Amino acid sequence: MNASFALSWLDYAIMLIYFVFVLGIGWALKKYMKDASAFLEAGRSLPAWVTGLAFISANLGALEVIGMAASGAKYGLATVHFYWIGAIPAMIFLAIFMMPFYYGSKARSVPEYLKLRFDEKTRGLNAVSFAIMTIFASGISMYALALLLENLLGWNFHLSLIISAVIVLVYTYLGGLSSAIYNEVLQFFLIVIGFLPLVILGLIHVGGWEGMVANMNSPELAHSWKHIGPQHEMGSWMGIVFGLGFVLSFGYWCTNFLVVQRAMAAGSMSAARKTPLIGAIPKMFIPFLVIVPGMIAIALLNMADSGYALPLKGNSYDYDLVIPSLLQYYLPTGVLGLGLTALMASFMSGMAGNVTAFNTVFTYDIYQSYIKPNKSDKHYLRVGQITTIVGVGVSILTAYVAAMFNNVMDFLQLIFAFINAPLFATFVLGMFAKRTTGHGAFWGLLSGILSAALVHGFTQPAGATSLIKGGWMGTTLKTFPSEMAQNFNIAIVAFSVALVLTFVISLATKRTKTDEELKGLVYSLTPKYVDEEKVWYKKPVALSVIIGAIAIALSIIFW
Amino acid sequence: MGLDIKFPIGLMFTIFGIMLTIFGFFTTGNEMYVRSLSININLWSGIFMVLFGVSMLIPAIMQRKKKNV
Repeated sequence: MNASFALSWLDYAIMLIYFVFVLGIGWALKKYMKDASAFLEAGRSLPAWVTGLAFISANLGALEVIGMAASGAKYGLATVHFYWIGAIPAMIFLAIFMMPFYYGSKARSVPEYLKLRFDEKTRGLNAVSFAIMTIFASGISMYALALLLENLLGWNFHLSLIISAVIVLVYTYLGGLSSAIYNEVLQFFLIVIGFLPLVILGLIHVGGWEGMVANMNSPELAHSWKHIGPQHEMGSWMGIVFGLGFVLSFGYWCTNFLVVQRAMAAGSMSAARKTPLIGAIPKMFIPFLVIVPGMIAIALLNMADSGYALPLKGNSYDYDLVIPSLLQYYLPTGVLGLGLTALMASFMSGMAGNVTAFNTVFTYDIYQSYIKPNKSDKHYLRVGQITTIVGVGVSILTAYVAAMFNNVMDFLQLIFAFINAPLFATFVLGMFAKRTTGHGAFWGLLSGILSAALVHGFTQPAGATSLIKGGWMGTTLKTFPSEMAQNFNIAIVAFSVALVLTFVISLATKRTKTDEELKGLVYSLTPKYVDEEKVWYKKPVALSVIIGAIAIALSIIFW
Repeated sequence: MGLDIKFPIGLMFTIFGIMLTIFGFFTTGNEMYVRSLSININLWSGIFMVLFGVSMLIPAIMQRKKKNV
């Protein structure tokens, strides 16, 4: 793609106004930042619709938007599995079954829940790996954004990297978690409204949904389930339903502090439980915003007279450029500025999510637990603020490491994938089986991580050329049709190993926590929570049924 | 936290909307709309954003008044 995005004063004005608003929100919240809880937990005071939209927005980072459009172009509509089966059931489960323990236990973070439920070492393992992971994630997406802006607009790589990082730093430093959350709501609307013209123009151009499907020239790209099987690039039914829909999805949505933190910031138990459900409603329809552009791009490539071109990378298309190339193709100055601002907003919402999750886990679970316990609240507030600065600084550093050593980042992401795969086993046993012990949880989790690495060492995706893709044990026992299918299956093994070993080790070790200590942390020992909502459609269970029904209906319509 | 986020969201989109509506109105028929399928996308997006912005601002202002009474 040539660097010929002609931006006018209007486009820059839109960007500037957006910057003023995000910084202004941080500034307006500054006066409330009087204690560590206000800064790191938003004082547990926010309404459900705000935390609900932030819940989804923090996950809608720039890498997600760009990656899902790329996936839409590569795998077609089957990419919706990351949404309808790969998010909705887990979000409902979090709302109905897990939120009462997270919120009710008064834990200030997910690792702290593990400390209350199990022991110090389980918390430590989770806190340290999560802290490193989030900071690297934000560095990687910062690098991706700066690279994009450089290629697209000819902006200076270093300048756009520093400016975008500093804006996020300023508003999270000023207003803490509440600033991040309120801005995520604003960013959510901006992402939707900014990308909407693209989708609408694209669909009109290719002849509506029917026209798009006809022009894609391969009918299987228009189905989500119909062509799933062992040969499909997304893998088999087992891989998608159990690997993605259960293990990976529940592991992410129910245990990742980045998203759970948003629900924990809600003002009441009822609001906390509604957070993931309110987030689930837009989540179901985001595919039309981020996956459909990928499908439009494929249709355009097949339309001889469209004049649309997707740049190449090696001998295939560079699918990551779907969104930028469509922005350039369709949008005149004005809405173009809006679309680019939406792209920046998605980057900022993702990065602020990482930064606020990082500073909370570092301050409470690492600093207060291992470095300096029993200090004053003011002290921890200060540490939280300093951690915000340091966190952004380390992210910037990571972005440069990513720029210089691409394979270092691939390697790290692989390690993180191993760490995440078995996590849900620990939580599900912890929350629903009171017999599960700290030793069981810790060693079970560790074995799960190791087994993920082992399976990776013995398997490969088709056409793998480097050991980072697997097979490093020397013998390849199984070859999967794609990396994705391999990941889903690794997750299944890691989860099963962790589940079984946690259970067995728990039975072999003594319980260290009494029933009384586990009250509020384990299902069978906690008085059943009765929701205070009186109106039936506001009750979490009724909402869940409605959301579940819509997700099933969508899956059938787009079967 | 005493911030009604509807207010800044409504204000920002109203400003964006007014800007794009005016710009779109004065650039009607401009050749830059060839790429957007001869649709004046600035005008339409602008009008839509004004409507969205105002629909956020009205409840925000009404709640603020209620509080002050």
